[in-house]
Amino acid sequence: MTDQTPTFSIGALLRRPETGSFLGLATVFIFFTIFGGTNFASVSGAASWLNVAASLGIIAIPIGLLMIAGELDISIGSLIPAGSMTIAIISGHFQMPIVLGIGAALALGALVGLVNGLLVVRTAVPSFIVTLGTLFAVAGLTLGLSVLITGTTSVALKAGPEAKWLLGRFIGGVFQVTILWWIAAVLGFGFLLHFTRFGNWILAMGGDKVSARNAGIPTDRMTILLFMCSGVSATFVGLSQAILYNSAQVSAGQSYIFNAIISVVVGGVLLTGGYGSVVGIVLGTLTFAIVNQGIYYTGFDANWASLIIGVLLLLAVLMNNTFRKMALSYAPKKKGVK
Amino acid sequence: MSSPILKLSNVNKSFGPIDVLHDISLEVRAGEVLCLLGDNGAGKSTLIKILSGVYQPSSGAIEMDGAAERFDTPRVAADKGIATVHQFGGTFPLMSIGRSFFVGVEPTKGWGPFKVFDRKRANAVAVDAVQRLGISRITDGDRLVGGLSGGERQSLAIARAVHFGARVLILDEPTAALGVKQAAHVLRIVNEAKRRGLAVIFITHQVMHAMAVGDHFAVLIRGAIAADFRKGEKTREEITDLMAGGETMSTLEAEIEGYMASHDGHPPQNLSEVPIAPGVRS
Repeated sequence: MTDQTPTFSIGALLRRPETGSFLGLATVFIFFTIFGGTNFASVSGAASWLNVAASLGIIAIPIGLLMIAGELDISIGSLIPAGSMTIAIISGHFQMPIVLGIGAALALGALVGLVNGLLVVRTAVPSFIVTLGTLFAVAGLTLGLSVLITGTTSVALKAGPEAKWLLGRFIGGVFQVTILWWIAAVLGFGFLLHFTRFGNWILAMGGDKVSARNAGIPTDRMTILLFMCSGVSATFVGLSQAILYNSAQVSAGQSYIFNAIISVVVGGVLLTGGYGSVVGIVLGTLTFAIVNQGIYYTGFDANWASLIIGVLLLLAVLMNNTFRKMALSYAPKKKGVK
Repeated sequence: MSSPILKLSNVNKSFGPIDVLHDISLEVRAGEVLCLLGDNGAGKSTLIKILSGVYQPSSGAIEMDGAAERFDTPRVAADKGIATVHQFGGTFPLMSIGRSFFVGVEPTKGWGPFKVFDRKRANAVAVDAVQRLGISRITDGDRLVGGLSGGERQSLAIARAVHFGARVLILDEPTAALGVKQAAHVLRIVNEAKRRGLAVIFITHQVMHAMAVGDHFAVLIRGAIAADFRKGEKTREEITDLMAGGETMSTLEAEIEGYMASHDGHPPQNLSEVPIAPGVRS
């Protein structure tokens, strides 16, 4: 048996998947605190990037888990507006109870996720292509059905006080209630990935799918479930936005595709799967949101934000590669005394 | 002599019109190492895929402990105690030793929805299992598998198979990608597995490695067993010659030297330019 001496070590910290993303977050935070002045670090400044991070983060976590398992889901880009339109048409246009609208939107996410998962598992077509197909299919369906049913591409939704309190509220006047849902998602998925056996299965699937299957892991069922999680998370964000803004548009959400992938990759998840952490994804999401919003607090033209994000992404990937190599080559130092 | 754990009788395998395996009959006994020798393309991998449930034989019978047996999937074979370790260990480079050791059979603690993966126990068991096979350098179960040397990865995979109660251990070219020292390590572990009463099927094309651990040898040539003999019945040269398909290596070497002598010291561009000496089967 080995002796267990729980000592704090910088080396152990450096070997974690989220080290690189933590350094990146610290860098951009200090950068924008210096150049953004007092407004950036104020409560309302913090709210502006936390609100962006929350709705992005709710989607980025299941996307990150899918990427750790070796898959990708870009259909979320049209599932967000599809979720918004579903609740707006059911509970706004037809005036039915809001619970029905919420249920239908979440069911839609689960259904599209199920289709994605089944197609990926049964056809062995890369998930990027499969979800690219469903991305367009769902976008077309949303547009077509919305115009057919309501005659417009934008539908108003008047949510009751309970739904507002739960999903469309501002805490302290500035913080969206979505932030609490994000924290719940972080805790739930974090527990799943790092503390349960299912987390081990996800890591194993991304590392080597054939070996994982031979070891008895139900890889097909896990893949389908993960796609359903990302579908539900996308329609959840869509429906909560519709409740928050009291209306839904057919075209809102395509930017989430790349933003979520950037957040996940900056967060230290390996694109080819098998490596990553929920904490890392959270840090990546915060980094992205800070750059995205922080630019408005500086004297710079907001057009430069994309440049910063692009450079940041490349730096993050390089840094994460370095840290991963360190983790791989790590071996305990030979002690002089045994 | 004990009765065989695993017995193949007249196993054939063909993919469409192509016959890959031809009338293979083999026996593996507990506490014995069977070395499967053969050149590339001789059918070694097809044979182990049949033994590990990836393929089903086209005809012929597999018996385990004297009873007829079918391995419909790798899972079925694994449940019967047949463990296959592939050249690169079949492990997950970016997972920790403890996590990868228990993939699919994770130890948990707690109850209900709060059952958590027992990292400490997984690490301790994994490290202990590897150390008991004689690899003392692995002491930290949190290390990533990808950071281990090739030999250590093989050892980890073998330790895993032994720990989970394998009775037949199939090692697919475990030493092919290793240096001399690392290979010696793996061979020592093969001996240790044998000492514990496992039946080991050791696939290799390195005669030296086979002779170091083997009790029983079978040479495959073009899908058929060309020779089946026990330890000490053949010399190293004889085995090498068998594997080369009957052509004696020494004759071939002499021919190449002869070619070079008559061509200003240039080696032949391809072997067909070398005149085959009379009496040697091509």
